[in-house]
Amino acid sequence: MSGATSAMGLRGRNYARQYWPFLVPAGVIVFAVIVFPWIFTLYMSVMEWHVGSAITFNGLANYKRLLTDERFLWSVVRTLYFTALAVIFPMLLGIAAAVCFHRKFPLRGLARTIFILPMMATPVAVALVWTMMFHPQLGVLNYLLSVVGLPMSSWVYAPNTVIPTLVMVETWQWTPLVMLIVLGGLASLPIDPYEAARIDGASGWEAFRHITLPLVWPHIMVALVIRTIDALKSLDIIFVISGGGPGTSSETMNYLLYLEAFSFYDMGYASAIVVVFFVIILLISLLLFSSRRQAY
Amino acid sequence: MRPHQIRRLFGNIGFGLSVFALVSPAILVFLWMLSLSFKNELDNTAFPPVFIPTHPTFANFIDVFEKNDFVTLSWEDFDLFGRTWFSYPSIGGYLYNSIVVSFSATGLALLVGVPAGFGVAKSKAHKVAALIMIARVTPGLSYLVPLFLLFQWLGMIGSLLPLVITHLVLTVPIVVWVMIGFFEGLPNELEEAALVDGATIWQAFRFIALPLARPGIVVALILAFIFSWNNFIFGVVLAGRETRTLPVAVYNVLTFEQVSWGPLAAAALLVTLPVLLLTLLMQKEIVAGLTAGGVKGG
Repeated sequence: MSGATSAMGLRGRNYARQYWPFLVPAGVIVFAVIVFPWIFTLYMSVMEWHVGSAITFNGLANYKRLLTDERFLWSVVRTLYFTALAVIFPMLLGIAAAVCFHRKFPLRGLARTIFILPMMATPVAVALVWTMMFHPQLGVLNYLLSVVGLPMSSWVYAPNTVIPTLVMVETWQWTPLVMLIVLGGLASLPIDPYEAARIDGASGWEAFRHITLPLVWPHIMVALVIRTIDALKSLDIIFVISGGGPGTSSETMNYLLYLEAFSFYDMGYASAIVVVFFVIILLISLLLFSSRRQAY
Repeated sequence: MRPHQIRRLFGNIGFGLSVFALVSPAILVFLWMLSLSFKNELDNTAFPPVFIPTHPTFANFIDVFEKNDFVTLSWEDFDLFGRTWFSYPSIGGYLYNSIVVSFSATGLALLVGVPAGFGVAKSKAHKVAALIMIARVTPGLSYLVPLFLLFQWLGMIGSLLPLVITHLVLTVPIVVWVMIGFFEGLPNELEEAALVDGATIWQAFRFIALPLARPGIVVALILAFIFSWNNFIFGVVLAGRETRTLPVAVYNVLTFEQVSWGPLAAAALLVTLPVLLLTLLMQKEIVAGLTAGGVKGG
């Protein structure tokens, strides 16, 4: 910081501006593949735009159609249901895992590496293995259930179990990211308050509840926001394992967006979904960020 | 033993069990993948399932490379003087596609992203950083709708170029993000000394900041490569029969061709193996990058 200020003093206030050439190449690419698509999507969302037929302006008709499209409204409900579960479980397990991995124990490095493998592995590849595990007759999961005396489940083959099952895979895959972010927070904790607490005779749980939790809260909130956004956007797992089915029972917004755009080629309507989807994501992240200050 | 020692012993056992409970789902799924890919068809369709292959076999892997439709490198179509060698792609073809796409997207992202990270860090252009954060928030599909139409209009569908371009959506933000964090953490003194001695900003970047940033570049490279290698949905939409990347190719086996579990698991294992090995070898860099990326996300 002091370095930056002294350099500024040295060269005057325009010093910082001399760095703009470094931003140009990346700026051009970001504009082409990120900013241009945003603008173009807004434009398309007010058009009647089927691939292969004439493009006409239709105002807010696409948005009005969204409000009355039951398939879309149900996809929103499903997305929120999926997201709620796919945030709660990874958050709880991830925080617990971070507390575990914060403690020193033999083979900790190896255990942590294995723990983060699900997050790094190619989603399609692991989704295929899960699909085989969910097989109702030959799947290993139903066998394991029968071994411990539980009734077999229909996993992704029944409308009422498909979303919880997908949440299970999502939890398996993304708990590590929550763990890593919270672990980063735990690693930066000061030692002094713990010593003071120990002298005062606080128990381990009390120290965790009243010192650790408030101090890592910002990290937990960051993990919560990231996890929420990722859960809302989740697609690969749903795409490969259930394909939105059975019927439409696991059709989330993102999946419906895929169908509208690339199965039905209704680009105008798909673009309207993108815009609404984006607004929902933005609102939820803003909501979470503003609640961040109040909690502790 | 004294009571407090007993309590500590039980505490340690409980702790060990909870660590075991945490890592076992990951271990189980990958072991099951391994088991499926080394078992013959008889073992794979047995119920109760066979966990350890009774007759371990490489047949599934050989299948992936030779017999199965999905991977046949059919020599009849291997027309040396024709326009393409991969008219009916093999796993070699898909592997080639994946390598070309991931390496190009990662290379290009480093080329533009490292200087950009430097520029943002030094000029404190936080609005640019915010823009990149919004890019992370937006679903990948939303870029795909306009870009798909654009590529169609330009007649580019069916070549690898659209895939490389769309993968930049993934790789450029992660590279810039990691590099901003890294350059912000570097001390300014050396560069300033160089600037005082009359070096240009470019020279200060090229000869001072860049060598110091090598560990950060490694982190950015690994993450960008993994994100690109793992990407599925861009390929599903943009790849033609001949330009599928590995994840898309494996998915197509599942849906469009009746296939047995062994070769499918073997194919899945082969697709994800580079990433798993990279994670095992570079776990420190990956963890550093992801935590920085995640935490800085706030």
